[in-house]
Amino acid sequence: MGSALYEAGRTVHNKRIDGPFRRFKWAIMVITLTIYYATPWLRWDRGPYAPDQAVLVDLSNRRFYMFDIEIWPHEFYFVAGLLIMAGIGLFLVTSAVGRAWCGYACPQTVWTDLFQHVDRFFDGDRNARARLDKAPWTAAKTARRLAKWAVYLAIAFWTGGAWIMYFADAPTLTHDFWSGTADPIAYATVAVLTGTTFWLGGFMREQVCIYMCPWPRIQTAMLDEKSLIVTYKDWRGEQRGSLKKAAKNPEKYGDCIDCQLCVAVCPTGIDIREGQQIGCITCGLCIDACDRVMKETGRPRGLIDYATLDQCDAERAGAPARPAWKALLRPRTFIYFGVWAGIGAGLLFALGTRTHTDLTVAPDRNPPFMLLKDGSVRNAYTLRLRNMEARPRDMEVALQGLPAGAVMWTDSISLENAAPTQTVTVRANETRVLRAYVLLPSGATASAFAFRLTAQDEQHESDTAETTFAMPGAE
Amino acid sequence: MTSNKRIDEPTGTEFVGHEWDGIEELNTPLPRWWLYTFYATILFAIVYVVLYPAWPLIDRATAGTLGWSSRGDLAAEMRAADAARAGVVAKIAATPIEALPSDPQLMQAAVSGGAAAFKVNCVQCHGAGAAGSPGYPNLNDDDWIWGGTLTEIEYTLTHGIRWDAAAETRSNFMPAFEGSFDAGQVNALAGHVLSLSGKAKPNATGAQMFADNCAACHGAGGEGLPAVGGPALNDVIWLYGGSAAEIGKQILAPRHGVMPAWQGRLDPVTIKMLAAYVHARGGGQAPAPAAPQPEAAKVAAK
Repeated sequence: MGSALYEAGRTVHNKRIDGPFRRFKWAIMVITLTIYYATPWLRWDRGPYAPDQAVLVDLSNRRFYMFDIEIWPHEFYFVAGLLIMAGIGLFLVTSAVGRAWCGYACPQTVWTDLFQHVDRFFDGDRNARARLDKAPWTAAKTARRLAKWAVYLAIAFWTGGAWIMYFADAPTLTHDFWSGTADPIAYATVAVLTGTTFWLGGFMREQVCIYMCPWPRIQTAMLDEKSLIVTYKDWRGEQRGSLKKAAKNPEKYGDCIDCQLCVAVCPTGIDIREGQQIGCITCGLCIDACDRVMKETGRPRGLIDYATLDQCDAERAGAPARPAWKALLRPRTFIYFGVWAGIGAGLLFALGTRTHTDLTVAPDRNPPFMLLKDGSVRNAYTLRLRNMEARPRDMEVALQGLPAGAVMWTDSISLENAAPTQTVTVRANETRVLRAYVLLPSGATASAFAFRLTAQDEQHESDTAETTFAMPGAE
Repeated sequence: MTSNKRIDEPTGTEFVGHEWDGIEELNTPLPRWWLYTFYATILFAIVYVVLYPAWPLIDRATAGTLGWSSRGDLAAEMRAADAARAGVVAKIAATPIEALPSDPQLMQAAVSGGAAAFKVNCVQCHGAGAAGSPGYPNLNDDDWIWGGTLTEIEYTLTHGIRWDAAAETRSNFMPAFEGSFDAGQVNALAGHVLSLSGKAKPNATGAQMFADNCAACHGAGGEGLPAVGGPALNDVIWLYGGSAAEIGKQILAPRHGVMPAWQGRLDPVTIKMLAAYVHARGGGQAPAPAAPQPEAAKVAAK
């Protein structure tokens, strides 16, 4: 009884197969891995005041660069919006094409696929791998295993190494990394990601999908009878039987010749003929396998195919096969797409209309005002002048709505130079914090007014910040 | 046990043997790596308990063989922060206070350091915003009883005001006129004091009394005498209140504020940084120019 409480580990030795879905998987793998490994090395000229890496998450300077877009911390809603779009995008994909994310694009799937190709390269195809697994640990097997694991480790290390390049200038970091002068966090990150990639991609594989990942569980709640799934058309396939048996007794047997090729090619080691299950990542390799067998046996393709459960019921009742793409046309897909596209359009609009000049004002609260010897009143403010351009700019700060005689100066512009407007230089890509003093002459009164910031360049971008002027006895 | 093993037909899974009202539990086994992961966490916990502080005792926790503690971490961070500041601190120590403003970066560092020290040592009397309260001077304005240049503020901080323990403390005492003046005279004098800032009509009695009794310390026009700590009376700022009654009260029985000398309690660099912070609150004065001040010239012309 005790031994039955836990399931012994098993390795999936999936057989090589070729076909449209396999080729699609190859294409996705090449594209995703290329994007992942190459992106940090793309250069993008932003002038002398900003990094020239096309995609850079600059945590120490709190900037996020993506080609022509630069995100500041106060604009983090752009990143939040992207994450929300990614989440809704997953729903959208699930609604439209089922578990396509799991089958083709999920990193766990892509890297597992890559590692399975390494297995195949070193140990041969399905049967050879299974044989070698069972073989005693001879010197030859040990050598072969060590070589294979070395390749695993190299891929894992490269994966971890590529990750950190997104967070610093890639060429500099590469140099620092190999000369031993990079930040310890860089080494630790590479070590952790190398370890997880080696372990999850090299050994855990489908166990991650079946036991660790929450997404298949969430998807079980999202899939319904109108969702596209990979399914075995049992009414057509049953009763299973070999070609020989079927030739003798064509009435009794269906199209499935029980060759087990669909099981052999499955990267998660399931039997699709048992129906929908959490282990099915809908990669379509069993469709490739079965279509080939059907072709060889002279039967129509699609015994295993992408279809909805509704469509299966219709076909079982005698309706003709319907192209799978028609499963896309359902209200849920359109609604998800609408929400997804709406957020995207909103983000694009916000991105297009944002200015690169920003002013915020915080009046001193303690003390709110200061009475000076001659009866004039001074208020102090903390101004934040944001220059979001990659070049230094002169900016004019003006008082708006205060009576004549009101003047301002700052911690860098002395009282002798007090005036209703001041011009300061803000460095490229920086926020300059100014302590500004505003003086109202004796006898004048004021309450609400504004600071207006105007960039002194051709664009004359400006921003206005409303605030108040506190006076004695005006509480 | 193997004899009564039963299998659930649709799933092919073994029954555990538990049954509730006909609902039976199936044995869907976890993978073995999961079990090993569980063992690994137990092992991790044991190693952790040995290496790090873990078991709470009455007044501390077991130390752990690595000797790590969060307090130790904090102390190390504080030492590192002190080491990082050491250069700036040494530079501030070596720079005479009047030369600080010519190095804006150093001045900025001094002001920041002063702001921190102010919160610990000064807010009790002067308030968090340094705005003071009746009897405790406001440090933001441009009215300075003992002078508002960096040097003068540093002196005040170092030696205190009426702080007997410090030999060089700033000190003065306004005589009490209780018994010398009657109520009418006090009113006349208070009226004159108010007239200096335009708050009342001038009166001859008060003016004469002021010239006889007050001008020596407060100046002929009430402009104050920071060298001896004589407060200015011709402005709108009043340490003990600016109504005729409050001024009268101060004439009869003056109150004298005391500020401790910080020499010996704070190191000279902290005092210097505090002076920079107070000076930077907005009312700090530049060192007196060599030429005679316009105010003094006006008085001389009278």
